[in-house]
Amino acid sequence: MRENLNVIAAYVIMLGLIILVGFLQSWSIALSILCFCLISAVMTMGANIQWGYAGLINFGIMGYTALGGLAAVLVSVPPVREAWQVGGLNMILCAFLIALMVFSIRFIIKKYNKSNKRNYGIALVIITGLVLLRLISGPAIESIEAVSPATTGFLGGMGLPILFSWIVGAFFAGALAYVIGKIALGLRADYLAIATLLISEIVIAVIKHEDWLSRGVKNVIGLKRPVPYEIDLQTKEWFINLVAKFNQGTLNLITDALAKEQMLKQLVIEGSTVFVKLCFAGLFSIVVVILLIITQKALYSPWGRMMRAIRDNEEAANAMGKNVVKQHLLIFVLGSAIVGIAGAMMVTYDGLFTPGSYRPMRYTFLIWVMVIVGGSGNNFGAILGGFAVWFLWIEAAPIALFLINFFTSGFEETNAFRVHLINSIPYFRYLMMGIGLLLIMRYRPKGILPEKIKHI
Amino acid sequence: MILKLEGHFWVGNMDIINAIVLLLNYIFVPALSYGSQLALGAIFVSLIYGILRFAYFTAGDLMSFGTMFTILFTWYFQSLGISLGIFPTALLAIPFAIIITTFYVLLKDKLVFSYYRTKKSPPVQLAMVSIGTMFVTQAIVRIIIGPFDRRFFDGEKFILKANEFKEMTGLNEGLTIKSTQVTTLLVTIIVVSILFWFLNKTKTGKSMRAYSDNEDLALLSGIDPKKVVMITWVIAAILATVGGALYGLDKSFKPFTYFNNMLPIFAAAIVGGIGNPFGAFLGGYVIAFSEILVTYAYRKFFIYLLPESIEPDGLLQLLSTDYKFAVSFSILVVVLLFRPSGIFKGKVL
Repeated sequence: MRENLNVIAAYVIMLGLIILVGFLQSWSIALSILCFCLISAVMTMGANIQWGYAGLINFGIMGYTALGGLAAVLVSVPPVREAWQVGGLNMILCAFLIALMVFSIRFIIKKYNKSNKRNYGIALVIITGLVLLRLISGPAIESIEAVSPATTGFLGGMGLPILFSWIVGAFFAGALAYVIGKIALGLRADYLAIATLLISEIVIAVIKHEDWLSRGVKNVIGLKRPVPYEIDLQTKEWFINLVAKFNQGTLNLITDALAKEQMLKQLVIEGSTVFVKLCFAGLFSIVVVILLIITQKALYSPWGRMMRAIRDNEEAANAMGKNVVKQHLLIFVLGSAIVGIAGAMMVTYDGLFTPGSYRPMRYTFLIWVMVIVGGSGNNFGAILGGFAVWFLWIEAAPIALFLINFFTSGFEETNAFRVHLINSIPYFRYLMMGIGLLLIMRYRPKGILPEKIKHI
Repeated sequence: MILKLEGHFWVGNMDIINAIVLLLNYIFVPALSYGSQLALGAIFVSLIYGILRFAYFTAGDLMSFGTMFTILFTWYFQSLGISLGIFPTALLAIPFAIIITTFYVLLKDKLVFSYYRTKKSPPVQLAMVSIGTMFVTQAIVRIIIGPFDRRFFDGEKFILKANEFKEMTGLNEGLTIKSTQVTTLLVTIIVVSILFWFLNKTKTGKSMRAYSDNEDLALLSGIDPKKVVMITWVIAAILATVGGALYGLDKSFKPFTYFNNMLPIFAAAIVGGIGNPFGAFLGGYVIAFSEILVTYAYRKFFIYLLPESIEPDGLLQLLSTDYKFAVSFSILVVVLLFRPSGIFKGKVL
């Protein structure tokens, strides 16, 4: 019970901090922090499954996040019919060709023993395949990208509700993880880290530069939303009444009718953004809670015990007849799929897909800081890590400003040193993250909420 | 008559020579200098991996740290009016920057890494810790000098200009050699030869290699681990500063680019066989050359070589330059698949 108290206290403090931001700064900021905290929590749960349950290092989180985002685009954007007409057939042909290549390579690997001949055969398949792909896709891509490049210039998506993309994103990320896992999971821990980091960089390069698929750095904007738009809300009768009801106290103080109406209008505009963010927060919370229930169940199931056994002593688990390789691959796919969901959620929330913004610092290393700070192997810890680190990441600037002003209060306002420090406030968040990570790793290596195993 | 013949001979082979000069200008010279810069980074990553036994994720940012101080000292010398004439002032600043970077890495080792080393933590944990120091180093660099693009090159920019070369030889293609490229090459040769002399011939270097091969055996034979670790860090600081400063001179200094350079550096170190400094040195060139070879458009090259009737239409580019990084990483993946210990056999992992 005492340990549960720890968890509850930590979460109460966290929520209290977010509410404090609501009072001190604004509710809109507080809610967007909350939304991103929830998204981060989903990402950390994915990373935690891999690292905490199975001890696999995956530094490719950025890649899965971006794939989830791509899924959001491909699911929700309506198809560009003209582009499909000019180049669709060729692109489908290419997809078949890739499938053919994969199958023929598999066939060669299965059929022939390891030999130079086999390697040459595989190389031959790959090279001819690439040349053919180039010949077929080249003109098609050109004509697709020429279809009104300012607005579309890509194949578009399926035109389905964007909520589906959360599932599709998981599948995309899982499929990528399957491929990467097949290639890289045999590697030693830190090799795996580097390999996944580099592969995620390749994924980003593809998304960034294959304009026919994702519009690349031209970005996709104005994605559909699963929640109402602010503009629509502001004209709805029930919403205005709701806002009026909430703010009765303030409105009653104003006697002038015109001023009252003005005030109400202002409140409705503010209220609509808060309402939209609340809807998002609700949706995200549902995902987090569902995932939390599933992961908790998995952790305490025979499967979870097996995973821990594999993590703690691979050889012993192997000797007990557990298929370590297969389980590693499975958990790698599952964890990455969860990260894919988070990626789709994030693009849904932002309403835009910007391949240029995927950077390893923000999408890989920061998530790892969250997992380690929160407590690897403990789902509650991982979620808390997501909340706490994201909160600090956003609120680092105000905190740094306060600290700088406090410590340099002896200097004049125009002191060059002070001005320089204040200008570089955005970078203090890196410092805080680094020092936070180092302190946690040194003095609480198991994280804020350490893993605890119930023994039955 | 003789003159005419000579002229004819010259014209007939002109195309081949032009084609070769073209490749020299756009592939060989840039790849050689970029490869040297990567190689310097890869060597110290490889050394740290071999001796301290973890993947040092701060590599790129340590280079930017060293470069930052090189720039600060360069500015200081410039304000004093000191310069090296045709050579960049930065060359004078590098030794001072090395001293500060050395202090920084040794301080970091004392405060952070030594604790985990004495506890014999698994390498993964040390790698995580190095991510922590990566964040801190990045913050320090950005707070001190800012995230912006900075150029600190001065002195003579070109050793050989395209026009001069054309006039000299009468060829259509020019060959440009920037002084930074020559500096990079010269400095790399000097630094790397001293390093390999040190590792192979001196007692300390040999003890370092012994420690890398088998820690327990090395300790038994009386090698002082503290000294080995300290010298590794000093070498890392030297290589990071020199490599970073050379890269900055050749291109420009931007903290974010340096962080990104960590990736090809790791690729080079692994391709060369991580833990094997000489392999890492060659790995740097493998990565640089393959990046440029694969993304270069060969159209003009074939126009020179082939008769007019079968001149190519397309750019003849294997991959667009956008995939520059992707190329080196794909090589890495292939190497990992077929030869996990690297092309030049590193530590058996």
